[in-house]
Amino acid sequence: MRRTLAALPILIALVFGAFFLWGLNPDRDPNAIPSVLISQPAPTFDLPPVEGIGVPGLSRENLIGNPEPVVVNVFASWCVPCRAEHAVLTRMVERDGIRLFGINYKDKPEDARAWLDNLGNPYELIGSDLNGRAGIEWGISGVPETFIVAGDGTVLYRYVGPIVGADAEAEFATALAQARTKIGANS
Amino acid sequence: MRISVLAATLTLAMLPFSAGAVEPDEILDDPVLEARAREISKDLRCVVCQNQDIDSSNAGVARDLRLLVRERLVAGDTDAEVVDFVQARYGDFVLLKPPFKPETYPLWLAPGVFFLIGTGAVFTVLRSSRKRAVEGTLSDDEEGTIAALLDDEAGEKS
Repeated sequence: MRRTLAALPILIALVFGAFFLWGLNPDRDPNAIPSVLISQPAPTFDLPPVEGIGVPGLSRENLIGNPEPVVVNVFASWCVPCRAEHAVLTRMVERDGIRLFGINYKDKPEDARAWLDNLGNPYELIGSDLNGRAGIEWGISGVPETFIVAGDGTVLYRYVGPIVGADAEAEFATALAQARTKIGANS
Repeated sequence: MRISVLAATLTLAMLPFSAGAVEPDEILDDPVLEARAREISKDLRCVVCQNQDIDSSNAGVARDLRLLVRERLVAGDTDAEVVDFVQARYGDFVLLKPPFKPETYPLWLAPGVFFLIGTGAVFTVLRSSRKRAVEGTLSDDEEGTIAALLDDEAGEKS
């Protein structure tokens, strides 16, 4: 009994030490919120097109039955990081041949139109989420956010913030490669 | 009289704080529903400015969630249904009071466990020190030896 009691302080110190080790890890982002959508079917939403750009709107049906994973990007013309991310997304569409769908979050149609005219439009479909309700369905906390959705409509991955910079792009490319092999393994 | 004036002044002074970030156009006409909405909003975390509830947050998403909460209430949802609706989209993280379930058992039970360990340790220490005190008393033989020694010493001094 006494011997176990003597070991108790060391045990407590070890438990606390493990917590500190975990808590002080510089790679850990305490602000990261785990998405409930991962491995879940894409949420129900049905968005009309942005007026005057000639690109169809986006709904849940567009995410189901695709031969390969698609990327859903939430963007807005008022979002400054989106401008930087736009170049990355365009490159991924042109170079890697990804299918990119957009959710235009709380954006005035004329602003969105001007933004896409100015920078070019990498999106195959764009849904206009004027009141942000589809954003809530996707559980977003801000713009930009990017999701990878499997061909059967299962959400595989979520990236919060702009995919800009070597680390972010590498992380996203890895997730996309994994999503593609997953589809290959299933079929 | 003076106290009532003071109370009235304080109430008025506190009014802006109690309003939180809720904007006039969000407030429901039905005061009962509005009160329920406020209570629900106080338990929902803003996902942008974390550690702030949506009731007091000025973030865009927080406003959207406040409107959503009110919309669900007007549609006839119970408080629990409204919270479930938001939780289904944003996860447990959105609840300022974590639910009691297997993943959160350590969170809820750790304080109790630590308290038990602490009281256990205190009791053990107290009991062992008392035992040591009892062991410290001398036998009759030893008392006799001491008395003899003291007597000797007293004899030498005189």
